[in-house]
Amino acid sequence: MSTAVETKKMTTVQAILDALDLAMEKDPTVLLLGEDVSDPSGGGVFHTSDGLSTKYGEHRVASTPISEQAIIGAAIGAAVGGFRPVAEIMFMDFFAVCLDQISNHAAKLRYMSGGQTGVPITIRCAAGAGMQFGAQHSEMLESWVTHIPGLKVVVASNPADSKGLLTSAIFDDDPVITIEPTLNYWIAGEVPVGEHVVPFGKAATPRAGDDVTVITYGREVQFALAAAEQLASEGVNAEVIDLRSLVPMDETAILESVGRTKRAVIVHQAVRRGGLGAEISCLINEHLFGELAAPVVRVTGPNTPIPYAAELESLFVVDTNDIAEGIRRAVK
Amino acid sequence: MFELVTTISQTDERFRTLLSSGRVRSTYYSPKGQECISAAFGALLRPDDYCVTIYRGLHDHISKGVPLDVLFAEFLGRATGTCKGKGGPMHVTDPSSGMMVTTGVVGSGLPIGAGLAWATKLKGTDQVTISNFGDGASNIGAFHEALNLAGVWKLPVIFVCQNNRYSEHTRYEVVTAAEKVSQRAASYSMPGVTVDGNDPVAVYGAAREAIERARAGEGPTLVECVTYRFWGHIFGDNMRYMPAEERQAAMDADPTVRYRQWLIDGGHFGEDELSAIESEVATSIEKAMEFALNSPPPGPEELYTDVYKGEVVPA
Repeated sequence: MSTAVETKKMTTVQAILDALDLAMEKDPTVLLLGEDVSDPSGGGVFHTSDGLSTKYGEHRVASTPISEQAIIGAAIGAAVGGFRPVAEIMFMDFFAVCLDQISNHAAKLRYMSGGQTGVPITIRCAAGAGMQFGAQHSEMLESWVTHIPGLKVVVASNPADSKGLLTSAIFDDDPVITIEPTLNYWIAGEVPVGEHVVPFGKAATPRAGDDVTVITYGREVQFALAAAEQLASEGVNAEVIDLRSLVPMDETAILESVGRTKRAVIVHQAVRRGGLGAEISCLINEHLFGELAAPVVRVTGPNTPIPYAAELESLFVVDTNDIAEGIRRAVK
Repeated sequence: MFELVTTISQTDERFRTLLSSGRVRSTYYSPKGQECISAAFGALLRPDDYCVTIYRGLHDHISKGVPLDVLFAEFLGRATGTCKGKGGPMHVTDPSSGMMVTTGVVGSGLPIGAGLAWATKLKGTDQVTISNFGDGASNIGAFHEALNLAGVWKLPVIFVCQNNRYSEHTRYEVVTAAEKVSQRAASYSMPGVTVDGNDPVAVYGAAREAIERARAGEGPTLVECVTYRFWGHIFGDNMRYMPAEERQAAMDADPTVRYRQWLIDGGHFGEDELSAIESEVATSIEKAMEFALNSPPPGPEELYTDVYKGEVVPA
């Protein structure tokens, strides 16, 4: 199949940088703020803003103190004052120190003001285990924020979606959290050149199948695809849904697919209890209870903090084998 | 300024009477005793300057110019309120008068105030932002983060600490290591001043200096205005933790009464002129209150709107 879209091979870091660059070029109200984001501070710890302060000035790409409440608060104030700030919180675990600003202010100002003020901010954060960063620099905390009305939450699984979802986030009129799986930063893929928008609420189906639906997002998408390949050799044809956007969530895509396959496996790295898998499982039960051929299966992290030792950490992280095992349970 | 002081004082009395009558229900944090602070700032700020305040914010809302009818309607949770009755007293917002954010979380308004000031600085306007808070807020991390950021970025913001000497129910000195809140400015390379918040002339002087400094691009100021709240933390507070004699002394020295006398004694206004202002204020308050009381509550459909722009959340 030929495509009219010109693409270029990029890492996720390059794709994010590209999205930020294009947004800042297009709209002078787009700002970046966060720890170490300007070039004198290294262009971001993951180099996602490399060169941008040199190009757009340190007034628009501002390195901040290590003050997460001030970062999000200042972003909210600037947004109410007419800007589109992109705030970087280095790791999602650090939401714990600024959740008041995220939950009580960014998420609620539109509602509390009766629609008079909005908070068009984007909060970027790295998240996820696998680098032996230990319990405080590794968590996927999407459930914390999907629970808060007023926020939108997205997680990309590949460089192209990283660019497209971030672009949508920046130009969205509501606060959006873009969760960036840390280990995906250095994964490369084809990314559309120029403006590239991935709309919210639209899941992707990177693998079609008829026997079972695997619903996942973020880093686990690649493992789910690998597991689906394993299962194909066992005669099971799994469909893989990459949600991309958790709020709003593409419920139609989930229900359409599970309605066909009658079996669902939900995969996420975050711990099981109160995780998004429970919400998705309930959605499926509410709509397809009598049609399911098997109970919904969840493949998730255990209900533990994330350990440091490589052997324990790899046990915590959901991998291809765990997902393959989950699929086998669903089709048994 | 006298008109503002009178409006705040009379409105507070009207609200307390209304709540005591049981005719309406509301969470109400009386600003009585703190009128002169916001009136002085209000007299100096322009409509396009930004204001951030807190749950005890009625005096700040009035002084920033939020029209009384829609303000009262919001306090009573009516559809005609500034926020369609969805915010309430703790979340009054009225961008057309520069009243940008009212927060119910202690200290949270300071970083947002810094952000609003950052926005005006980036736009290159000479607008200033005033962020009001109590003495209790100076002990929370957000206060320090915001002052530091405003200090390093030289933001056009005035941090106004209305030190009413109680953090909720606990006395200032029990929970605050600094003798004065204003001392804390020194750590953030900005001027910090303490004035008698019950002396409108003193507040006016400090406010003018801080506002001029911010407007000229010279950065933030921390202004501490020492005052006293007559009616405790929240309406219905039994105030057992406030010594009766201390409270009585404060009420005997009611700053609004002293200000009135000062205006007459100094020959600035005649008794007749002030009485005329008071009676005009009473009339506008009554009219605004009638408007609010006769307004309907928001319709059920309002529960589901304004969560996201232009979307209705499914029931």
